[in-house]
Formats: sequence, C-alpha cells, structure tokens
Amino acid sequence: MADAVEQAKPFRRAALAPAREPDELDRRIINALQGDFPLSPEPYAEAAARLGISEAELLARLQSLLDDRILTRFGPMFQIERLGGAFCLAAMAVPEAEFERVAEQVNALPQVAHNYAREHAFNMWFVLATETPEGIDAAVQAIEAATGYPVYPFPKEKEYFVEMKLQA
Amino acid sequence: MDDTFPMDDLDRRIVLATQAGLPLVPRPYLALAEQLGVTEAEVRQRLARLLAAGAIRRIGAVPNHYAIGYTANGMSVWQIDPTVIDAVGARVGGLQSVTHCYRRPDHPPAWPYNLFAMVHGKSRAEVEAEVGRVATLIQAEFPGALGARDILFSTRILKKTGLRLGE
Repeated sequence: MADAVEQAKPFRRAALAPAREPDELDRRIINALQGDFPLSPEPYAEAAARLGISEAELLARLQSLLDDRILTRFGPMFQIERLGGAFCLAAMAVPEAEFERVAEQVNALPQVAHNYAREHAFNMWFVLATETPEGIDAAVQAIEAATGYPVYPFPKEKEYFVEMKLQA
Repeated sequence: MDDTFPMDDLDRRIVLATQAGLPLVPRPYLALAEQLGVTEAEVRQRLARLLAAGAIRRIGAVPNHYAIGYTANGMSVWQIDPTVIDAVGARVGGLQSVTHCYRRPDHPPAWPYNLFAMVHGKSRAEVEAEVGRVATLIQAEFPGALGARDILFSTRILKKTGLRLGE
C-alpha cells in the first residue's frame, strides 16, 4: 500500500504540471480573457477580433491551453455563496509519515475543491465547497472520522478584497 | 450570510452544464441551449443575470498560476488587534500584490493569526520582500496593531478541481 502511494505521487504531480511554456500569443489571450467575456451569440469571434486573430485560431489556442494545463478552466467562475452554498478554508497538522494517506482520504471527498501542501505545522490546507452551509460541518466531521486527525475550520468572517487576475 | 440569488431549475442546469467550462465552439450559448432544451437568448439572459447578481464572478480564462510564472504562492498570516482589524484588512486587501484578503477566526495558542492575505510572486524571495513591505506599512499606519506574522508557502498542489455541484 505504501509503495503504491509512493509510486502514485510523481504521477499526480505530473498530471497537474503544465506541459509547455506559454508563448507570446498565449500570454496575450490569457491577459485579455480573464473577464468580460462577451455574452453575444459569437463571443469567440468578438474576442478574437479584439486580439487581432481569427476565431478558429482563438478556439484552437484555448483548447491547446487547456490540454497543456496552462489554463485550468475556461468558463464562468461561480460564487457559490451567492447561490446558497458555502466555502470554507480548513487546515490539518498531519505527521509527515501519514501525509500521503491523509491527502488521499481528504481528496476523495467531492466537497474538497482544492488542497495544498504548505510548509508549517499546519501542513495541509484545503477548501471545502458545499451546496448548503450545513454541508461544511458534515464534511469536517467526515474528514476527521476518515483520517483520525482534527480539522481546523477557518470560515471567512470578512472579505476585504478579491481580485484574482494575474498578468501572464 | 448575504442575500442569496434565488436559483431556479434552469439556473441550476446552466451551472451544472458550464461548471467544467464553456463549450469551445463558435456559438457556445447555442450549444448550451440545445443541450438544455431552451433558446440561445434565454441562456445568454440567464448568464447575464447571474453575472449581474454576483453569482458568477466573471466568465473567462482561469490560469494555472504555475504555468504563467507565479511559482511562489505565499499565504501571509497576521495577528492583528481585533479593534482595528477591519481598517488593516481594507488597507492590505487593496494592495496590488494581494489577491485575496480575509478575516478568519484564530485558534490560539496553536494558531494566533486572524488576517490572511494571499501574495503571489515569481519567486519566494519576491513574496518575502513584499510581505516585509506590508508589515512595515501596517506598523507605520497602525502602531501596535501587529503581533506575530508568518508566511506559509505552498509546496505542492494536492488537488484542484474547483467547485462541483452534485448532479
């Protein structure tokens, strides 16, 4: 079991790593398309015209950016709280020897939207996303039961600013 | 919690149909409409309404930070005097280098920090230098408000699927 986990680790890392470096056109597309995507009937043609390329070229590039994992998604970013659901950051302090097992158990829950290893005594940080606020407590309890370690929830008490746009 | 958007069955089906991404075809809203059995105009109107209501933050490209050179992702955490934390949070959250800024509960003694600010950079040194500048700014503008601070660098993405509503 431990061997299987060890062997699976580099594969999972590779699966998330980008397959190539973005070129100049990729960067222009990423910078131009981080918001304000048109809601017109032919939005890609409109966006392509702004970039000075053809619609077919934009569609092919977006597919390639997704295939090569330079983009994780192309589409709407939902604000689940406005839809009645809930997000919650949570952390665990997991002994190194148990880290891979616990990561597998945490990641197995569909409510875990993302999970990061970080350098700290609290070394595993994940975001729970559930359709109802009550779902957060249930997910926390499920993770504690599955892993045997306490989960520290860090619910957002106040959001000061969110601007997730990065220059490529 | 803030007012929630009253999502009806069609809104919900649009969320489910687009949460993995928008179709990469010349008329994506028509493709969705055909899949959902409604008109293209209806899909476009619903998306516009979800955007206006803040239920969709934006429609567009979601980059892999690592692929575009932001390899250092530092979660800076701060122990701030609760009586001034909202003023400090508003100041820190408005900084160009900070992409997310939240007040969260502390869990003393293991976790004394109540303000979280995510700082992305192209190197660890760049993030450390920026967090140092933020600390100087807090100390200058809010004397005595800052206690302990730390930066938690990510070493590995263990999972990244984003939000998924159930079917």
